[in-house]
Amino acid sequence: MPYTADKPGSTPDPEALRARIPGWGADLDPSDRPAFPREQPGIETGAHWELPAQQSGASGRERSIEHERITPVFGTAQPLHGISGRIRRFAYERFSEGQTAHWLLLVAGDRVDAVTAHVTSLFSKRPDDPITESGVAGEIAHRPIASRVGRGRIDLKHAWMDPILVIGPWVVASVLAIKLVRAVFLPASKRGK
Amino acid sequence: MKAMTYRGPYKLRVEEKPDPKIQHPNDAIVRVELAAICGSDLHLYHGMLPDTRVGHTFGHEFIGRVEQVGSSVQHLKVGDRVMVPFNIYCGSCFFCARGLFSNCHNVNANATAVGGIYGYSHTAGGYDGGQAELVRVPFADVGPAVIPDGVDPEDALLLTDAFSTGYFGAQLADIVEGDTAVVFGAGPIGLAAARSCWLMGAGRVIVVDYLDYRLRKAEEFAYAETINFGQVNDIVLELKKQTGGLGADVVVEAVGAEADGHIMQHVTSAKLKLQGGSPVALNWAIDSVRKGGTISVMGAYGPLFSAVKFGDAMNKGVTMRMNQAPVKRQWPRLLEHIAAGHIKPSEMITHRIPLEHIAEGYHIFSSKLDDIIKPVITVA
Repeated sequence: MPYTADKPGSTPDPEALRARIPGWGADLDPSDRPAFPREQPGIETGAHWELPAQQSGASGRERSIEHERITPVFGTAQPLHGISGRIRRFAYERFSEGQTAHWLLLVAGDRVDAVTAHVTSLFSKRPDDPITESGVAGEIAHRPIASRVGRGRIDLKHAWMDPILVIGPWVVASVLAIKLVRAVFLPASKRGK
Repeated sequence: MKAMTYRGPYKLRVEEKPDPKIQHPNDAIVRVELAAICGSDLHLYHGMLPDTRVGHTFGHEFIGRVEQVGSSVQHLKVGDRVMVPFNIYCGSCFFCARGLFSNCHNVNANATAVGGIYGYSHTAGGYDGGQAELVRVPFADVGPAVIPDGVDPEDALLLTDAFSTGYFGAQLADIVEGDTAVVFGAGPIGLAAARSCWLMGAGRVIVVDYLDYRLRKAEEFAYAETINFGQVNDIVLELKKQTGGLGADVVVEAVGAEADGHIMQHVTSAKLKLQGGSPVALNWAIDSVRKGGTISVMGAYGPLFSAVKFGDAMNKGVTMRMNQAPVKRQWPRLLEHIAAGHIKPSEMITHRIPLEHIAEGYHIFSSKLDDIIKPVITVA
């Protein structure tokens, strides 16, 4: 096909499109599209303050060091606590959002949080239940085989390795931790027995 | 109150939590009637977004009735039935004053790169979400809106994120009449984006996915041509062939962090969390858009590094536009489209699941069972 100034293919017929597709071209004019352009100065938002009143209870709450102060309103869903809280606080107090270490520490905090919450739950009235909490019961009556088999789903190509990739790092970390503890606390003569 | 709570990757449960309280004069407490699970909730569920804490309640798509209001709330009253945009924003900061509601600087103490989002980890502010009986709604005079009479509650629910975000994706693509638009991803955002491309005058809309049932939905709901990328050797080459060798005028990327299509990218991002997201869909977008074209990114990614083919984007003169949708700016026009019969967002809903069974709902959605497109959580 020669490269010409024209767009290849036939030009769509607007009337045919309008007949086939509800509302075709209703927002054809870019100047008549809401939220266009991207920034719209002077927009009416419903705010009746220049600076929102400061929410109380900010003492001790973590914040990004890219903020000069705690924001006027903030979430209070899950305050920092325990070992994961120390990791997360370190991430917030030491590194800006531009630092990879900030995010990797937060991910590490997440994993520590999940493990400690699971262990703690074993000593509670409602321990974690891997059956109900994984939602695996949803397989029942939702066509688990027909949904997966014979449909060319490409995610099945890596499904076999997903458990290995998810569980594997925990196994490796556990083995290394046990070896470390043995190295520290067991006399050299008793190691390997 | 009953609420969904996160217990760690791939684990959640419903438990009793303390009722939320008014913590700021412009707060409201909303009793949730309907919530939805969003595809981006799955990124949280899979442990992909940093600072997702045990005990967190997800859910940034919800509608309900106002149960209580703070002392400075002027525009809402107890009993109002409201739809709540997923963005939490103050309405008065530098960004809100310009309509960039999703970029509010006054509501997320934990980060400056992203504003506040209900139930979307502490990276997005640490607000509990709406997959619960009650939820704290900050800046009640700014975000929520009373659902107009005659609007189906499920349509209103899908305006709180999914359809508004898809519409916004089409907007950012800067479509002109007759453009060929390619949409990567046939989840709710991709379906809404594809449908919205027509509203803006596209001449051709092609939706790409690997799940046949989602592609069927794209044909029925969004009147789109479809390509199953699992059934072609090279999706970029296929798209070039179908667009006369030039590529698409615009591409909407509605996939995000857990894109399939390249095993190593999937493994390093979705499983090992070494990237902020699998860049497969982004790279396909860069490769399949025409030179000088526009890419609109609606897919959600984490903050870590991702190996994006930026050299090709630069060489092709591509315009890339992206943001979390400033949802409330879309509502007036979308409500007009609903009233005119141009769209019916609730047609995307396939599953309705009681809050008590939400763990199963997440599993079904995550595993793509039972031809699921959009699950709605019934709370009240």
